[in-house]
Amino acid sequence: METVLAFVIGGLYAAGVFLMLRRALARVVLGIAILTNATNLLIFTAAGLTRGEPAFIDEGETLLSEPYGDPLPQALVLTAIVIGFGVLAFAMVLIYRAYRSVGSEDSDHMTTTEFEDGER
Amino acid sequence: MTSSTILKTTSLLLVTLFLIFSFFLLWRGHDEPGGGFAGGLVASSAFALYTIAFGAVGARQNLVIDSRLLIGVGMALAAISGIPSLLLGDAFATGRWADVEIADREIHIGTPLLFDIGVYLAVLGVVVTIVFALAEEED
Amino acid sequence: MDIALAVLGGFAAAAVAPLVVARAGHYGGYLLALVPLAVFAFYLSLAFGADDVAAVSWTWIDALGVDFSFRIDGLSRLFGLLISGIGAIIVVYAAGYLKGDPKLGRFYLFLLSFMGAMLGLTAADNLVTLFVFWELTSVTSYMLIGYKHEYQASRDAALQALLVTAGGGLAMLAGLVLLGIAADTQSIAEINAAGDVVRDHHLYVPILVLLLIGAATKSAQFPFHFWLPGAMEAPTPVSAYLHSATMVKAGVFLLARVNPSLGGTTEWTAALSIAGGATMLLGAYLALNQYDLKRILAYTTLSALGTLVMLLGVGTELALKGMVTFLLAHALYKGALFMMAGAVDHEAGTRDVRHLGKLARAMPITAAVAVIGALSLGGFPPLFSFIGKEVLLEATLENEWGAFWLLLAVVAVSSPLLVVAAGVIAIRPFFQAGGEPPKHPHEAPPSMWAGPGILALGSVVLGLAPVLGQGWLIEPAAQAVAGEEFEVRLALWHGFNLPLAVSAMTIAAGIVAYLFREQLRALTWPVESRVAGTVGPTRGYEGFLVGIKRGSAWQTRKLQHGRLRRYVATTALATVGLVALAAFTNGGVPLAFDVGGVHFYEWFLGALVLGGGVLTAVARNRFFAVTAVGVVGVGVALIFLVFSAPDLAMTQLLVDVLTVILFVLVFYHLPGPMLQARRGVLVRDAALSLAVGATMTLLVLGVVHADRPTDVSEFYAAAAYAEAFGRNVVNVILVDFRILDTLGEVVVLGAAALGAYALLKYRARDPEGDEQ
Repeated sequence: METVLAFVIGGLYAAGVFLMLRRALARVVLGIAILTNATNLLIFTAAGLTRGEPAFIDEGETLLSEPYGDPLPQALVLTAIVIGFGVLAFAMVLIYRAYRSVGSEDSDHMTTTEFEDGER
Repeated sequence: MTSSTILKTTSLLLVTLFLIFSFFLLWRGHDEPGGGFAGGLVASSAFALYTIAFGAVGARQNLVIDSRLLIGVGMALAAISGIPSLLLGDAFATGRWADVEIADREIHIGTPLLFDIGVYLAVLGVVVTIVFALAEEED
Repeated sequence: MDIALAVLGGFAAAAVAPLVVARAGHYGGYLLALVPLAVFAFYLSLAFGADDVAAVSWTWIDALGVDFSFRIDGLSRLFGLLISGIGAIIVVYAAGYLKGDPKLGRFYLFLLSFMGAMLGLTAADNLVTLFVFWELTSVTSYMLIGYKHEYQASRDAALQALLVTAGGGLAMLAGLVLLGIAADTQSIAEINAAGDVVRDHHLYVPILVLLLIGAATKSAQFPFHFWLPGAMEAPTPVSAYLHSATMVKAGVFLLARVNPSLGGTTEWTAALSIAGGATMLLGAYLALNQYDLKRILAYTTLSALGTLVMLLGVGTELALKGMVTFLLAHALYKGALFMMAGAVDHEAGTRDVRHLGKLARAMPITAAVAVIGALSLGGFPPLFSFIGKEVLLEATLENEWGAFWLLLAVVAVSSPLLVVAAGVIAIRPFFQAGGEPPKHPHEAPPSMWAGPGILALGSVVLGLAPVLGQGWLIEPAAQAVAGEEFEVRLALWHGFNLPLAVSAMTIAAGIVAYLFREQLRALTWPVESRVAGTVGPTRGYEGFLVGIKRGSAWQTRKLQHGRLRRYVATTALATVGLVALAAFTNGGVPLAFDVGGVHFYEWFLGALVLGGGVLTAVARNRFFAVTAVGVVGVGVALIFLVFSAPDLAMTQLLVDVLTVILFVLVFYHLPGPMLQARRGVLVRDAALSLAVGATMTLLVLGVVHADRPTDVSEFYAAAAYAEAFGRNVVNVILVDFRILDTLGEVVVLGAAALGAYALLKYRARDPEGDEQ
């Protein structure tokens, strides 16, 4: 399955980068969302996949019995999912504000840090 | 935002269920799927749903405390949970557990649970702060 | 008194100086002078104590062999006495000179810190300790030169001095590190005791060059000499202290310090003789066309510094004796002359000799100091510097090095020029008629003539009776520089010999040159002003600064063009390029390629996620795109669920739902259809994106093929319940083992939320103040 996911991840990266290369800021943020998913999947896959063996210690036991899905990348990805959401939410608000200030969602209209005349 | 009566009625029921489910996830997170992140996100979904149904003003009132304050409280709880072990001579945030007997049932509580509660509150605060602020935007 | 207390006492005094001045005004200066005086007494007691060397050491950075250590030998004592003795005089002098200045407390803070830094530098035994104090002198002198910071010229001069000396300091740091490596010790005493170890090391030339750059910048050797005249923007007490007696001699000190381990080679002799000789000649010449007392003194100081470096380069026993003698003589008379210039400036309101005349009547004591100082500068008998010059000439004449005639020529040309400078300083302002100073001059207060008077007196006394200074002061210092034992016998009268004849001839030539100085100036000034305006090192320095600013502006324009798409494209291209490069240089990457055992629903999940991604990319409608993104998120959640990660699946699903809600809330406000690019642009971007995607696919296939370390995961698996009492290992990692990471993550989330909230709720106001 790792092989299949390698192509899925590659496809997601291609889609994400393609979206981020667009001038429409809405697409840029959609691209960020796709890249977030792609990267989480990448970390998850890179550690190797195990079917149906979550890393839970059974009742009455003190050690995790083999085989189990590696808990370390899972902990990393869990953090990454939530952080990714925070970043995405901020990005969304940012493009919304940018649109309200500049009156356009074209990133090429936002090349300076100063407001031009008539923009606010 | 427009909303229908059906949405309003069902969402009230769902919001209650979501909140109860979120507490459940938070509580059992140390041993089974769940935890502060998942619990906080479920609770956030409840308030997001409520916001769509009734608008941000009503949702704000139902949250009782300011969502921004919630972020701070959550962070503070999470940070404070590391202190007991410090006082007991261990490294900061070494997990401390105790078995407490309440009504003939042994309950296992500890500082990691306090930490998870902090995470729960902070996540809830983060999401609803953004959702409320966006929902209050007008054209 | 303890060594450390003496060396570091300056800093303690500096710390309380502002308080003292706030309480006692300029009288506080007299009080503060007790500190350098006590240090002076301590160094005196060392000189007449039982031990030849006093040392103290603390371990600082054990692993690197760095100690915080001081070792006071003959050379350190000579410098310590000069620094503390002249320091005490300057502190008193400044009380008179800067009387009523509101920043006087700050001035003493910097001045006494500088004194502490100089004492530390000259007493340091460890290379790193030495460097730390070296840099401290740069920093404190920056503060002192820029003391009148409300003036642009003052700030520029301070920055120039800092950039030049600190830049040289960096070179020196590299040199010191290499020296420590070559000698395998950080202790200067051990390095100097190690004989030819450094000289024979293959790093010898780099060490020498780097240390020489450090010393040359600090001691204003050609071509780094230009900052010293600029530094005359400083208040005169600073010039008198830093730029005559102490800081500018730090470079000389460094070279003298390492002379036993680095000196004596052909490279050393050539480099130091040439740099020193050039500076000596250049300084003496550049003083000719100056009219400002302080600038004349600054250029003659250059000349003196060049002389010292040249003598170190010659390096014979006689030359080193001459070096130490001349160093002491110069500190005495140049300190006195600077303070004299300050007194004239203070009382007459100008330092321009063309506006000064007949001051001897109004300022007799200052005039006496000026005459003694000027005679010393010119090298007239019976002053102490005459003895210094005799030894200098003797050392030059007996020099075995091939360039003996060259050095003699340098001495023969610069000595008369110094006589001219001496005449301009003493005769023109004090005894000749003419000039209309802005103020009506009268004698300076005692605080401003007592100190220079003492120094001038020292020049006379040591000249008449050099025996008073040779046994306890000059001899141990010269021995420390040479690293061997010998006797120093100084005398005013050497009998009729070649040095005396040369000396007499240079003085005679100097008097003639003084009488024809206007002709000399008319001859040289047109050339000099043209050269300085086109190629001089000052121009180089300015060009360097302009170049740096232009370069950074150009780079900023190129790299920070403000176009988001190009940033993304650059990042994407760089990623593909670097991964390809790494794969290529490693001779390819073995890939895992195995689709056996994949369940049909897993194929379906993969297709779902991939399809969602592609549909998002090609969608023309925002809400369709949001739906497609939602599908991607759900698909990823299901993949997590299938492969043993229920926590991830749950969190991912919830985040996905909330993401879609936020997208809808935001896109609801955005206008009409999304922008569409031209076909060519789309093809180009698609090609780049596919390249990135292919790179990532290959990366995953390569990573999956490689072996992974699993010990961390195994530790968590074993310890989750045993140590942290949790059965959900993922959760235990988050809330116990890696709790600080999670805490940090929560803080990031909070920051993102508050940032978003601020963006939405706080609006930019236009200048009229009404909200948008």
